[in-house]
Amino acid sequence: MTFQELQNRAKSEWEALRNSTYILIGTATCGRAAGALATLEALEKELSRRSIEVKTIQVGCMGLCYAEPLVTISKLDSLRIVYHNVTPELVPRLIEGYIMSDDPCLELALGILEGGEEESPYIPELLRFEHELRLVLRRCGYIDPKNINHYIANGGYNGLEKALKLQPEEIIEEVKGSGLRGRGGAGFPTGRKWESCRNAKGEPKYVVCNADEGDPGAFMDRVVLESDPQQVIEGMIIAGYAMSAKQGYVYVRAEYPLAIECLQTALNQAKEMGFLGDNILGSGFSFHIEIAKGAGAFVSGEETALMAAVEGKMSTPRPRPPYPAQAGLWGKPTLLNNVKTFANVPLIIQRGADWFSSIGTERSKGTAVFTLAGKINNAGLAEVPMGTTLRELIYDIGGGIPNDKAFKAVQIGGPSGGCLPASLLDTPIDYDSLREAGSMMGSGGMIVMDEDNCIVDAARFFLDFTTRESCGKCTMGRLGTLQMHETLEDIVAGNGKIEDLDLLLELAEDVKAGSLCGLGRTAPNPVLTTMRYFRDEYEAHILEKRCPALVCSELIAYYILPDKCDRGCEHCVLTCPTEAIKGEKGEIKVIDQEKCSKCGTCLEVCPPEYNAVVKLSPISLLPSKEKGEVK
Amino acid sequence: MVTVELDKVDEIIDRYVGEEGILIQLLLDIQSELNWIPKEALERISERLKIPVSQIYRIASFYKAMSLTPRGRHIVNVCLGTACHVRGGPRIMDRAKQILGIDAGETTPDMKFTLERVNCLGCCALGPVVVVDRDYHGKITPAKVKEIIETCD
Ligand SMILES: Cc1cc2nc3c(=O)[nH]c(=O)nc-3n(C[C@H](O)[C@H](O)[C@H](O)COP(=O)(O)O)c2cc1C
Ligand code: FES
Repeated sequence: MTFQELQNRAKSEWEALRNSTYILIGTATCGRAAGALATLEALEKELSRRSIEVKTIQVGCMGLCYAEPLVTISKLDSLRIVYHNVTPELVPRLIEGYIMSDDPCLELALGILEGGEEESPYIPELLRFEHELRLVLRRCGYIDPKNINHYIANGGYNGLEKALKLQPEEIIEEVKGSGLRGRGGAGFPTGRKWESCRNAKGEPKYVVCNADEGDPGAFMDRVVLESDPQQVIEGMIIAGYAMSAKQGYVYVRAEYPLAIECLQTALNQAKEMGFLGDNILGSGFSFHIEIAKGAGAFVSGEETALMAAVEGKMSTPRPRPPYPAQAGLWGKPTLLNNVKTFANVPLIIQRGADWFSSIGTERSKGTAVFTLAGKINNAGLAEVPMGTTLRELIYDIGGGIPNDKAFKAVQIGGPSGGCLPASLLDTPIDYDSLREAGSMMGSGGMIVMDEDNCIVDAARFFLDFTTRESCGKCTMGRLGTLQMHETLEDIVAGNGKIEDLDLLLELAEDVKAGSLCGLGRTAPNPVLTTMRYFRDEYEAHILEKRCPALVCSELIAYYILPDKCDRGCEHCVLTCPTEAIKGEKGEIKVIDQEKCSKCGTCLEVCPPEYNAVVKLSPISLLPSKEKGEVK
Repeated sequence: MVTVELDKVDEIIDRYVGEEGILIQLLLDIQSELNWIPKEALERISERLKIPVSQIYRIASFYKAMSLTPRGRHIVNVCLGTACHVRGGPRIMDRAKQILGIDAGETTPDMKFTLERVNCLGCCALGPVVVVDRDYHGKITPAKVKEIIETCD
């Protein structure tokens, strides 16, 4: 079949769907964690019980993870309505209300779904969509990731069709002209990388997609692979054609079983349709893609380590140069890009470099896909033009901090990134501005911390992470980070000395300079930025033995306020796992500080009308009678 | 190791004989088939694919997805990634340790549960997250950990 015929067939399938009443339900991993599979089961049961012929389609994630399970009912000749937090109990109400009669159940609705096909779908009731520009995410949560026809009917494979009529050099010029920079962290200009690999001597060449997504708190690549995998495949085929490569690999981390499943289905379908395999769309060009599964090591995301893993070897980094573009997989020139980098390619080819480079800032073109996690109301995913400020992302799109708490910091760029304070909220999101602020774009993970999060604890957390994940090959990466971690452990435990701070800074510079790969070279960033912006919190831990956020367990004590304790209630006594709370019924309850494991259960179970349990820091704030019992 | 299991290992090796760069994928397949990688399996791979045991061992011990000790019937994964950390992941872990009476990375003596810490499961928006076997649970509280563990049979 020609591309035209494939496209016609896909479009008529899509039209038929759009001309019917159907239900979309998000069943990506985030939807599942919120219970989407139970909702799906309830939907299907209810529909069959009432013998209603309405299709339910499992889609990926729209980025509105906070509202999952998300169900969209698209009613023939009426509105498409998106419902949020749809538990199985709500299903009969929706089906009776909106499918069987004309009650739109607005009390359960998030809004109306508009757009689709030509423009990216959006929900006008949610003001966030005014700040977003969705390119990579535009089909996510809108199409069935396991049905290639949905992809084709919504603009898919147009880029490849066009690319196959161009010369490889023309494609590279287009990518260069677009100004696209790598979305995997470092932001290397993609066109230059492609050109250098194209010009490198050696046969065969390989194309590799980095879907290791090791930064904790980042899940954009997972969402893309689970929601719209074909765009990554299309980008890789175009790259393969531009490199005259025959073989591609996608390296996906083992923690993403569903992404692997969706990608495998997508690869099979692309092959069946003739987009992959021999003689693609009759062009004479042949290209194959295989999945290589990761095995759970953060350092595998580093490009040289990743290629070692694809070769089936120990995944440890090696010094560069040579860069993968010169000598990569099995010593051959290899083009390696991130998931989102490839996902941007089909649109660039389809709409042109000028269109793409009109989006974003002078030196950072296109959009940035960010995850919003941590203490943020609208946790999920967003895509904005480069140059959007952190404030817009956190407040206008993310909806700000829950429970009226104060913003403390935003962590960007994963374990190699930094924590930025409120004074830098107007920093534009682009490669250079974030680097100047001491952080980095990274792959796009963003974690918001509020007043209840301890900055020193966060720094310790990242160093703990890097020491665990360091492959151990270079001394600075191994021992330097370990030493930094131990110093931070001392500080959070209240054993820090003020000289430690300068020592930490010195060590941080040494580790930066002396490490073999990016893991070690960037590991000190979380410490450097937190020291730069939150030195007072470090000093409070050291000089006053006080944790301002009341987090570090060695520096806090739980205390029951005698005048607030309702003597009759025994919630804390009964739930304390270490039986540390004394007090008969009718008596004021007292925590035995020696037995207390500081698990916080008492604070959680104390009924809100009393609110009698508080955390104190420093521990010396405890009234003297109880302090006597502290070791 | 019982012969049935070695047969399975052989079957998996058969799929890969003669291919390049397969060691990690092969070990992952064995891991998912047997839930761990017994010493006998390492030896069998070495013998059949002519790769030194030491090299196979190095790989199997490096990657977190591979286990060289038998694991429980249920794998309880507690996420301690950044997003889950700031939302109280460490307290979820403490609770899970307390309920199961084991440390992270250990298996209960009755072989029912293995407790693991993971870096990020990609559902950060719903953190803290716990995954038992293949079921994802979001927005977990210490009280819910108990419920989830108790419903495993
Ligand atoms: C320790 C470490 C971990 C990394 N992890 C990832 C990752 O998970 N995903 C990714 O795309 N790039 C990761 N990178 C960056 C890659 O080495 C590489 O630069 C990138 O994949 C290139 O793709 P791009 O040009 O499209 O950005 C990591 C780098 C280091 C040093
Ligand atoms: S940090 Fe826990 S799921 Fe990402």
